[in-house]
Amino acid sequence: MSTPSAEGIAHWARALRAREISAVELTERALAAALAQQGLNALISRVDESARAAAAGADAVLAAGAESALCGIPLVHKDIFCTNAIRTTCGSRMLGEFVPPYDAAVVERLAGAHAVTIGKANMDEFAMGSSNENSHFGPARNPWDLTRVPGGSSGGSAAAVAAGIVPFATGTDTGGSIRQPAAFCGITGLKPTYGRVSRWGMIAFASSLDCGGVLARSAEDCAHVLGAIAGHDARDATSMQRPVEDYLRGLTAPVAGLRIGVAREYFGAGVEDGVGAAVHEALAALKAKGATLVDISLSHADLAIPAYYVIAPAEASSNLARYDGVRYGYRCADPQSLDDLYTRSRAEGFGAEVKRRILIGTYALSAGYYDAYYLRAQRVRRLIANDFAEAFKQVDLIAGPTAPTVAFKLGEKASDPLAMYAADVNTVAVNLAGLPAISIPAGFSNGLPVGLQLIAPAFAEARLLSAAHQFQQHTDWHLRMPGTGA
Amino acid sequence: MSIDSDTARRIARLARLGIGDAELASVASELGRVLGLADRLASADLQGVEPLAHPHEQGLAWRPDRVTETDRADSLLALAGEARGGFYLVPKVIE
Repeated sequence: MSTPSAEGIAHWARALRAREISAVELTERALAAALAQQGLNALISRVDESARAAAAGADAVLAAGAESALCGIPLVHKDIFCTNAIRTTCGSRMLGEFVPPYDAAVVERLAGAHAVTIGKANMDEFAMGSSNENSHFGPARNPWDLTRVPGGSSGGSAAAVAAGIVPFATGTDTGGSIRQPAAFCGITGLKPTYGRVSRWGMIAFASSLDCGGVLARSAEDCAHVLGAIAGHDARDATSMQRPVEDYLRGLTAPVAGLRIGVAREYFGAGVEDGVGAAVHEALAALKAKGATLVDISLSHADLAIPAYYVIAPAEASSNLARYDGVRYGYRCADPQSLDDLYTRSRAEGFGAEVKRRILIGTYALSAGYYDAYYLRAQRVRRLIANDFAEAFKQVDLIAGPTAPTVAFKLGEKASDPLAMYAADVNTVAVNLAGLPAISIPAGFSNGLPVGLQLIAPAFAEARLLSAAHQFQQHTDWHLRMPGTGA
Repeated sequence: MSIDSDTARRIARLARLGIGDAELASVASELGRVLGLADRLASADLQGVEPLAHPHEQGLAWRPDRVTETDRADSLLALAGEARGGFYLVPKVIE
């Protein structure tokens, strides 16, 4: 019973109702798996006692006839979501001892569905990174190969799901931080439309890009979780007032008749042969099911990284100004003056990549450079959004590799920021345009998972999930487990 | 794009980030490399293109300007490095 499991939410929801297992037993199993797989460094905090209490509560709700499929299902939250009375670090020394007095909206909603939080997942500091190597708590590791990164920034979430510790995890995606680790770890990762999921209580990085979402085994499981976390929240001014669809019912929509745009820019020079081959094969499988593949171009795709690495740092420099050593977070010892308190608390509390982005953003927003950098990046942002709008006049979905490579080695890109930023080449444009996208397991290259990214128009999550689900009905890439042979 | 140490010092000052003199040169050179990436934006034809600040330009909701938060001063002040009598404490500003 303690072996890692590829079973997803649907399986456990049925088993819990059939009394084959209790929520308490399922939670003990997840806690044991978390302990056995400590070497992954997937979790920053474990909350065994509150998990056991929540599981006992879920069992009572199940006995009374629970409605939500998530009742009694263990999960981990990315450590960017505030959890009441549970330390929330955001992967940073700055928040190393921060214990929020409230729950994030996503945390509230999943607790309301009686899902059971067993811990907080490792991540790149303030979600800035593509490898999880920027965590103050050390890198998480890829369960497929412990010498490789799990991707980032939601690396701990992806590693925990891929290793079978929990059936699902929350994550956030500002430039690819759900999709890229999902691809690297061979699981399914959904970034919803900007504004679909409340950002309340989600520690801010770049507010016009940040988006909460889910990492799970399958598209079906993502549909269960999205249904629970989506919806309007008056506490987040960017949360959209729009009804939440029944994503589960939508899963049966056929692939036949779907027009899938294959963006040639997503198969550019940096894409490894094995990655491109696996993705083309996956697209051929969708075609065999009746989808039409349409060759398309997103002509400003090459400007997405430059625009993103102005806009995201600019917003970060503003958002992270709040960490001043005064109200919460790290405070330097024995400050000599108010200025010393600010500059030393920030110098000692932030890691190298966070400082780099604050400086870039500060530069881009500073007098004399604002027009040349920030405003120009925002104008390019509109061109990128327009490219998608044009493409969606002729196709229903857009496809390509989620990441240009498979998971790289720990340390391989850590000393070169530009090489690390290039890992986001196929994902950042989606955030700039605010669109929903999913990464689904599409095969292997050199024994490591490859992700297929599907992108949809705003609020077409149901279309994304059904296409992904139909693909997963005919393939088993998403059921492969590390250590059992690719 | 090249950034000199004086510019790096000025930006660090604006950001209230303490950076030692020994690190300045390497920080400046890294900033220059990343901003070099941003210089590629100059290649785009931006004639008549308005800035896009936010994915959903039209749809932000208004809400009544009403107090909805309860008084949680104590739990919030408990998070501070130093607080006393309902106030945050910082080093003396006025001599």
